Amino acid sequence: MQPLVQIENVDMRYGGADGTLAVTGLNVKVEKGEFAAVVGPSGCGKSTLMKLVTGLHIPQQGQVIVSGEEVTEPVSIVGMAFQNPTLLPWRTTLDNILLPLEIVQRHRKRLRRHRDEYVAEAEKLLETVGLKGFGDKFPWQLSGGMQQRASLCRALIHQPELLMLDEPFAALDAFTREELWCVIRDLHQEQGITVVLVTHDLREAVFLADKIFVMSARPGRILNVHKIDTPRPRDLDVMYTTEFTEKVHELRNEIAEARAVA
Amino acid sequence: MTGFMSRIDWLKAAPWLYTIGLFVFWEAAVRLFSVSQIILPPPSVIFGAIIQYWPAIWKNSLQTLYTTTVGFVMAVVGGLALGLLIGWSRQIYAGLYPLMVGFNAIPKVAVVPILVIWFGIGTIPAILTAFLIAFFPIVVNVATGLATIEPEVEDVLRALGAKKLDIMLKVGIPRSMPYFFGSLKVAITLAFVGSVISETVAANSGLGFMMSGAQSQFNVPLVFAGLIMLAIEGIAMYALMAWIEQRMTGWAHRSSTMAG
Ligand SMILES: Nc1ncnc2c1ncn2[C@@H]1O[C@H](COP(=O)(O)OP(=O)(O)OP(=O)(O)O)[C@@H](O)[C@H]1O
Ligand SMILES: [Mg+2]
Repeated sequence: MQPLVQIENVDMRYGGADGTLAVTGLNVKVEKGEFAAVVGPSGCGKSTLMKLVTGLHIPQQGQVIVSGEEVTEPVSIVGMAFQNPTLLPWRTTLDNILLPLEIVQRHRKRLRRHRDEYVAEAEKLLETVGLKGFGDKFPWQLSGGMQQRASLCRALIHQPELLMLDEPFAALDAFTREELWCVIRDLHQEQGITVVLVTHDLREAVFLADKIFVMSARPGRILNVHKIDTPRPRDLDVMYTTEFTEKVHELRNEIAEARAVA
Repeated sequence: MTGFMSRIDWLKAAPWLYTIGLFVFWEAAVRLFSVSQIILPPPSVIFGAIIQYWPAIWKNSLQTLYTTTVGFVMAVVGGLALGLLIGWSRQIYAGLYPLMVGFNAIPKVAVVPILVIWFGIGTIPAILTAFLIAFFPIVVNVATGLATIEPEVEDVLRALGAKKLDIMLKVGIPRSMPYFFGSLKVAITLAFVGSVISETVAANSGLGFMMSGAQSQFNVPLVFAGLIMLAIEGIAMYALMAWIEQRMTGWAHRSSTMAG
């Protein structure tokens, strides 16, 4: 079967012919339903990789293929969430979550007449992330962690096949972070959604992912791919096994080396 | 005694107390140093003049309020439209910005004679001067609101297939509204400056006209009466704009995600 995401020999340069070469010779394959994590030194092109997959940037060289088609413009089968929740402060949480439906072509036509249906869907998502009953609150009435949960709901409302997360948990406290790891883990498990997660937190990567891509310093390319075979469903306790700690160590050393080369 | 004192909301009372304080100080200083009325009349004399000349003052105050408001409304419509246009495209922004800065730097009093040549002495130059002077801060504020959309918000929407128009409607315009309503307070104050300049130079009614007439007759209390009326109109309109701002964009004062 063809992978859902396939990046082939991609070069991406910002700002014209002699601008910054962000990634070079990039090769990534993510199967449908897989949970992939991307780790690497700061500034190595992880966010660039996300933007390439979503079609926000088109590479100068190589090919990005998502769901069997070459990406030449934004692909609306993805949902995105960033480190910053980026909710719109003039909309209630519920209206923020419904925002993608006002954009994605196949939903925007149905939205007005089937609004109740969509609202029910949004409320179900809110419940999944532990925000039941907060739909009519404004973002500034929520804590940072709650806003991040809402932004996850927004990424999921149009039922994307692919969820792209760029350090979504980086600004949260340790407990909230672990809680949200479990939320993502369960979403992935239950909905069979494909996830690409960029993170600096190696424990997060090893706990959640099936496959971890380690990137080199800029210009970024894939140095190594680790398979994580820890059986699912994974409990938070797996983080205290020696196997887990060793994997985290191994990754840590690889990234330290990648940084040193730069 | 203490019960009465503690029931007063000192914060609410402060503007009135300070204003009264200013007038009392002014009155006392003028009397103490026996300043001539031609130089600085005391408030009591000014209020006497307001009562004495009330019909003329009232008529001219209404005229100034009228020219200012019409010019201001034009500035709001024009400023909003141009601000959206400039915020829409970087090229239009790049092209128009220096022109507008240059235009804004021109003292508007220098434009009044041209307006008089075109439209004659009277109401229209006053309205247009108010418009010209009030319009710039609105444009700049609306354009700033549009130009500072967080790139991540834009990415989230563009990844879903949003076109430029979607992003403007869903994010840009709502986002620029606090900037827009915030600029109204500045714009209304400037509009008064514009209309009064024009009335002073080239009009036959309005507070500016009245004050320049009073000045040529050395009727200094009437000049000050005109200034007081202008201040009152200015404060009232400012308060109205502040109230509208509060009503329309309460969310911007609450949210820390936006420095509005
Ligand atoms: N819009 C842009 N214009 C020019 N250069 C850019 C742009 N975005 C990123 N870059 C450059 O491309 C390189 C990769 O950036 P990217 O944001 O993908 O890194 P990253 O791995 O996400 O970093 P971090 O871990 O700090 O988030 C960086 O060196 C950066 O300087
Ligand atoms: Mg990044």
